[in-house]
Amino acid sequence: MKKNIVIFIIVAVALCIFPFVASTYLVDVVFFFGIYTLLGLSLNIILGEVGLFDLGHAAFYAVGAYTTAILNTRLGIPIFVLLPISGIAAAAFAWLVCSPIIHLRGDYLCIVTIGMGEIVRIALLNDPGGLTGGPNGVFGIERPILGGPLVIESSIAFYFLIWIIVGLSIFALVRLQNSRIGRAWNCIREDEVAAEATGIDVRSLKLLCFILGAGLAGIAGNVYASKMMCVSPESFTFMDSCMYFCIVLLGGSGSIPGTIIGAGAISLFPEIFRSLAKYRMLFFGVAMVAMMYFRPGGLWPRKRGGLGSK
Amino acid sequence: MLTFVQQLINGLTIGSFYALIALGYSLVYGIMKLINFAHGDLFALGCYVGYTLLVWVSASLTSLFGIWGCLAVGMIVAAIGVGGAGILMERVAYRPIYPAGRLPAVVSALGVSIFLENFIMVVWGPRYLAYHSSFIPAGYWQIGSFRITVLQVVILVLSFILMGVLYYIIEKTTFGAAIRAAAFDRDTAKLMGIDINKIIFFVFSVGPALGGATGVMVGMYYRQISFTMGWVYGLRAFTATIMGGIGNIPGAMIGGIILGILEMLGAGYISAAWKDVFVFVVLIAVLIFRPTGLIGEKKAEKV
Repeated sequence: MKKNIVIFIIVAVALCIFPFVASTYLVDVVFFFGIYTLLGLSLNIILGEVGLFDLGHAAFYAVGAYTTAILNTRLGIPIFVLLPISGIAAAAFAWLVCSPIIHLRGDYLCIVTIGMGEIVRIALLNDPGGLTGGPNGVFGIERPILGGPLVIESSIAFYFLIWIIVGLSIFALVRLQNSRIGRAWNCIREDEVAAEATGIDVRSLKLLCFILGAGLAGIAGNVYASKMMCVSPESFTFMDSCMYFCIVLLGGSGSIPGTIIGAGAISLFPEIFRSLAKYRMLFFGVAMVAMMYFRPGGLWPRKRGGLGSK
Repeated sequence: MLTFVQQLINGLTIGSFYALIALGYSLVYGIMKLINFAHGDLFALGCYVGYTLLVWVSASLTSLFGIWGCLAVGMIVAAIGVGGAGILMERVAYRPIYPAGRLPAVVSALGVSIFLENFIMVVWGPRYLAYHSSFIPAGYWQIGSFRITVLQVVILVLSFILMGVLYYIIEKTTFGAAIRAAAFDRDTAKLMGIDINKIIFFVFSVGPALGGATGVMVGMYYRQISFTMGWVYGLRAFTATIMGGIGNIPGAMIGGIILGILEMLGAGYISAAWKDVFVFVVLIAVLIFRPTGLIGEKKAEKV
């Protein structure tokens, strides 16, 4: 435990110093690493903790981003006020769409989440009610204002914003992991029938993991929208959902440090191998297969402790 | 009524594409319990192999076999090539990873899919390519006020023959019984002396081969091909598989055809832009009422 705290402090100090010594480009790269981490953590609740296949996670991210974009450009609501609202909107959306389908198992749930992701993307493309701006998306989103002259504008400010949110999320998620809810989730993942037999309300807990995961993804959408100042449907494709899926599984399903490492691998790989140009994604595919060959449990698999250890 | 019949014919054609691709998903899923995400890209590979064959060696082929022979050769070569790619994929990317569990296998499948898509892009280039119209049988029949093209008839006949042959193999032969047994319970089937490796070889060669042949048919039907089409068709066919009940061979065929017809009716009556939404909404509705697909078997919960 003491060792963990030391590692944590070292990482935190390194993260604080990093933006002042690195170039703006690198700071932006690490900002997106943060966004991917947040998305990975949000999917980790669904996929890692409860073991539900969600290949439409980009839909929740999109709902958060578009909530921010539309409410900010139409009604002028400040970004920071929209931060919780985006999360709540994405969570409400998850509750609405997942309630009727939560009883589906394994691959059937998987295709329904894919379908949900596609429905959201196509709906955004088709510009319902003139709200989403079709393929062009919504642009002219404001920067977050902290109050008075404090505006988050520079790369460094955004960098700190996202990593503070990531830090707070990790704190909450670690506590959640060790809570009664977290243990019940893991129990459902290991054996649903046994979980139900021991009195766990499987249906509500599954729904809860979707709601929490979607809420966190919605918050990531809010930060993304204000950073990019525009959102368009092409950021929320099936391919993106697959990337988030890979973040969780590459890192180690159910493991929070693993998810961070997975997010790092997925977001930094294309940047590091930029020199390979068009062969880059080719190697990316090979790397994914190789990873699963050498470390099928992920880069940093979750350690089991206490009563749950096998 | 006119639109309805016309869209029905178009939907049936597209539906038979989806059905043929869906069979590949279903065959592999039945034995491996793995969604082969790379299957759509194998199909795209078939499109491009057929394209290359018809462009590069068309002159000598046409003089030897005529247009129909040329197309047949294109389809057979694409099927064999893609079938080979399927077996290679199983050996390299699935077999070593499979013992580790289902989740790593899914990531591996996604990795193969990304690899294949980019492989096609690197080899054939990122631009759209088009099948040359001189290889495509022209002509149509005008029946009343709707029309059916020669190509549609060829595609329909061919797909139903392929599906029929596969159905016969799976349902009526001894080898088919072994496949069904392995799909039902792999370990017990092994104990009964069924050679699982032979069955894995079969599903990973026949599934992709059907996909490859479908690729050439889609190329002839739409003419335009792109390296991203694997995702698009793969997703639709996968939807069809689930709609029929995954791992279920007749289910995949019926699911594919229903999906094609729904898509075309959606495009005709609602709007082309919303047709995919229509398809997915129907799929979700089907799954809410029949959680294991249209003809998914009732499986008792294993405790």
